[in-house]
Amino acid sequence: MDLLSNLALGFSVASSLENLLFCLIGVLLGTLIGVLPGIGATATIAMLLPITFQLEPVSSLIMLAGIYYGAQYGGSTTAILINMPGESSSAVTAIDGYQMARQGRAGTALATAALGSFFAGSVATFLVAIFAPPLTAIALKFGAAEYFSLMVMGLVMSVALAHGSVLKALAMVVLGLLLGMVGTDVYTGAPRFTMGMTQFADGLNFVAVAVGVFGIAEILRNLEDEHDRQVMTRNITRLFPTREEFRQMIGPVLRGTGVGSVLGILPGGGAILASFASYTVEKKLSKHPEEFGKGALAGVAGPESANNAGAQTSFIPLLTLGIPANPVMALMIGAMIIQGIVPGPNVVSEQPALFWGIIASMWIGNLMLVVLNLPLIGLWVKLLTVPYYVLFPIIMAMCSIGVYSVNSNPYDLFAVAFFGLLGYVMSKLRCEPAPLLLGFVLGPLLEENLRRAMILSRGDPTTFVTRPISAGLLVLSLAVLVLVFLPQIRKRRDEVFTESDA
Amino acid sequence: MSTKPKDGTDIAAGLLFMAIAAFFAWQSLGLEMGTSTRMGPGYFPIVLSGLLFLLGAIILVKAFGRPDDESFGRIAWRGILFILPAPIFFGLTVRGLGFVPALFITTLIASQASMRMRPLAALILAIIVTIMSTLIFSYGLGLPFRRFGPWLPV
Repeated sequence: MDLLSNLALGFSVASSLENLLFCLIGVLLGTLIGVLPGIGATATIAMLLPITFQLEPVSSLIMLAGIYYGAQYGGSTTAILINMPGESSSAVTAIDGYQMARQGRAGTALATAALGSFFAGSVATFLVAIFAPPLTAIALKFGAAEYFSLMVMGLVMSVALAHGSVLKALAMVVLGLLLGMVGTDVYTGAPRFTMGMTQFADGLNFVAVAVGVFGIAEILRNLEDEHDRQVMTRNITRLFPTREEFRQMIGPVLRGTGVGSVLGILPGGGAILASFASYTVEKKLSKHPEEFGKGALAGVAGPESANNAGAQTSFIPLLTLGIPANPVMALMIGAMIIQGIVPGPNVVSEQPALFWGIIASMWIGNLMLVVLNLPLIGLWVKLLTVPYYVLFPIIMAMCSIGVYSVNSNPYDLFAVAFFGLLGYVMSKLRCEPAPLLLGFVLGPLLEENLRRAMILSRGDPTTFVTRPISAGLLVLSLAVLVLVFLPQIRKRRDEVFTESDA
Repeated sequence: MSTKPKDGTDIAAGLLFMAIAAFFAWQSLGLEMGTSTRMGPGYFPIVLSGLLFLLGAIILVKAFGRPDDESFGRIAWRGILFILPAPIFFGLTVRGLGFVPALFITTLIASQASMRMRPLAALILAIIVTIMSTLIFSYGLGLPFRRFGPWLPV
């Protein structure tokens, strides 16, 4: 059994004392910052990214992955306790979870979220292990044209899943692509858009852009309106669900895992979609649909499982194709590149220990989350009472150190300020930052593959539609674009996102 | 004119996108275009600039005849005034002053962004942050920062 020996390799890597430690630090930091309100998983990872650069590649990616699902978990905690989802994917959890907390069932809701997430995470880890190798085999057949089309599809999906206006999301993608062009042209060595500053010859620092548009912009948004939060702390009496509640959980958790695993693979941000889809499914299937919105256990169990499964399976396109499925995965790509690993199908064959080590560590990380978080909930709740004006100066200090530590380049810090302002202005104009970051990461790859494909086809642009895989991907992207512009779908999409904002 | 509804946010967004596109296009003009077979460094950027300009224009045009669905909200002027200079200050002084004093002042600047922060609390917070960060990053992770720089007489 190849799978077993591969998993065995992975577990031996992931369970080394050092990697266990970094996994633990990752999930702890992730939960910590995920719990602190006002900072989502993307901003968290962007800010903590530089800390991991001093580590071995495996340890650093294991830690980042830990931060990712730790933050997801922390996000659900705040969603349940203060009705403030740290991540858009836990927005659904807030609907019923907060109601449960108000009824004095906060403990049950938190435990349900943890157990559901753990189950979903375990299943999804296996799915990654099973599906990643065959997909890699397909990916190895990809030429420049296929890569180009695949990235186009990823970008289109990110547009389709962004909040608000599709047009603005499209414009943000293109802006991101343009920002990705800054720096030296790989083919000719000509400097582009550097304003004559040699400090930008290597391009804009990815960490600086991410910290700016996500981290700083988010802090500024939170500072607009300072108010006190109401924390549901008194009501945590009973943590463990009763047998009856366990029975209610099983169905939603299983369905949520299935929905989440499938949607997570789609490029463009599956985890968010997954939790919404799962909520809808549970509401449709429930014998008591009227309970939804008033503290239904299934409304927490399903979406939480779905979002965790989706978070896990979104590693599949990253590990096999080197294409990020969401902004967090874009950050992981950035981390891999800085570590000197070229993301893509070759990672499995060239770095099996890294590949399987990360997969195994996902499961270990999920286990740690359950073991740690159920007893530590009291501590996380305390953290919620830390006032925001104490938090953000600390965050700013960490951002500054982190960004500077990447290249020791002061210009990166100026870029942080610039992109912080840009990100804030954009968010005021109701433009989502996620498509911009995805465009920024994919920009250079997209251009390189476009140019290579055109050279290979001797300047014949039909190469993108005559090669079957490439054509299929482009048709799919076009279909998605047409769909989001169709009036009915548009209305439905608006409804879904309005629900999330509520 | 002013009686007709229009979406102010989208007008601003459209104009901003168009301005950025124009800037990138202007900068691309100085680059070699190449042919579609051998694309020069300016080819893809100019295509993207055109696309961005077009999208901006569509957003702008569609903003007329439709009311603003959401008000612009408050602007965090105080936040902008203190948060954005913090990393800039750190970048300017981390080499000259060294890690410890640069970080201390950076944290102090950032803490002024909230009107709830009292001076003494800010001072204590900055001291704690500086000590912890120095221990973690400089001693713990061994990042190659000079703790005190050449600008100081120490």
